[in-house]
Amino acid sequence: MQKNYYSPGYNEPILEIKGLGKEFHDFALEDISFHLERGYVMGFIGPNGSGKTTTIKLIMNLLRKDRGEIKVFGLDHVQQEQEIKNRIGFVYDENHYYGVLTIEEMKRIVAPLYENWQEKLFQKYLQEFNLNPRQKIDSLSKGMKTKFSLAMALSHQAELIIMDEPTSGLDPVFRSELLDILYYLMQDEEKSILFSTHITSDLEKIADYITFINKGKIIFSAEKDIILERFALVKGPSSVLTSSLESEFIGLRKSSVGFEGLILSQGKVADYLRSKSVVERPTLDEIMIYVVKGR
Amino acid sequence: MDIIISNTSGEPIYQQIIDQTKKLIVTGEMVDGEMLPSIRQLAKDLRISVITTKRAYDELEREGFIRSVPGKGSFVAPHNRELIRESQLKMIEAKLREVIKESKLLNLSSEEIFEILKYLDKENT
Repeated sequence: MQKNYYSPGYNEPILEIKGLGKEFHDFALEDISFHLERGYVMGFIGPNGSGKTTTIKLIMNLLRKDRGEIKVFGLDHVQQEQEIKNRIGFVYDENHYYGVLTIEEMKRIVAPLYENWQEKLFQKYLQEFNLNPRQKIDSLSKGMKTKFSLAMALSHQAELIIMDEPTSGLDPVFRSELLDILYYLMQDEEKSILFSTHITSDLEKIADYITFINKGKIIFSAEKDIILERFALVKGPSSVLTSSLESEFIGLRKSSVGFEGLILSQGKVADYLRSKSVVERPTLDEIMIYVVKGR
Repeated sequence: MDIIISNTSGEPIYQQIIDQTKKLIVTGEMVDGEMLPSIRQLAKDLRISVITTKRAYDELEREGFIRSVPGKGSFVAPHNRELIRESQLKMIEAKLREVIKESKLLNLSSEEIFEILKYLDKENT
């Protein structure tokens, strides 16, 4: 197939998941479907234990799926696992390196596994990220470990970067630095990033798409701007609420000084509430909180 | 090209980019044929998503303010006097609308506003 990246119709999904399912004794991922196009960033959000890490492990074939289809670069994630992993940069929450080794020693073990390893690029990232190759991995701070993971992931010309909770437990200064690195990567319109997090303020900036998972099910997967426009946050006095009105809320919190809740931003309910209360644009956090909480 | 995004204005980000870019073009701060930052560069600099930036550029192109050349970038479109005049008129209208809104609070009639306008105009000349 002739590749023409400038034509607007050309949108080969870099990642495509269809009907993915996996059962555990106390938890199940059910019918997970979403896709990510080249050149864009997808944030994968949901509360702790909602299935984010399980989904990512299934994509990486670190867990065996029960059913469904996962295609990365149009290739089957099990049959063509080796080729796919050469082209993926994976940044993990838990540290999966040997702590007693130095950065340099660890790299010597991992680098030969990649076909496209670029030593110069790796050295450049070490410098940029202020990492000392002679430092033991165990002695690195959490942020430094993430940077090391990222340097490894970026040094084999990965087209798809998958990051599981890269910002959890990290301070705002580091998160801001990470955001800069991701923006730098996204200057290349052939690359894509999927990252899971429960800190949505980071995502609110860079993410083009948001996939929201709760209790093992996808709640939505859509353009971030559209999601933010679809919902409205309402704050008002308790006297406004009636039981029929309450049933129109996606999520609602009542207190002695009034109520706050999430509704759809279009329609009669929204119009009515606009005249009786304060209606604002919600943040991703607020959408997540009220969808999970319910009425 | 300076673009300042407010996260608290309630105005969608793509709209803020559209409005501010138009203003830069209309006021002549950006001239004919001047290159705009690439979509990805602007997303990075403003720390917003690529899609949001794309939406703003698409809209600016649709309205004829910029044109995009595949593989080269986006440029300020050759000036269309009518387009610019129309857009300046819209800006004036928006300001007048604010004046009317404020006047209503003071119960001023449109005749009274008109009187003030005439008086100020005389003062200026």
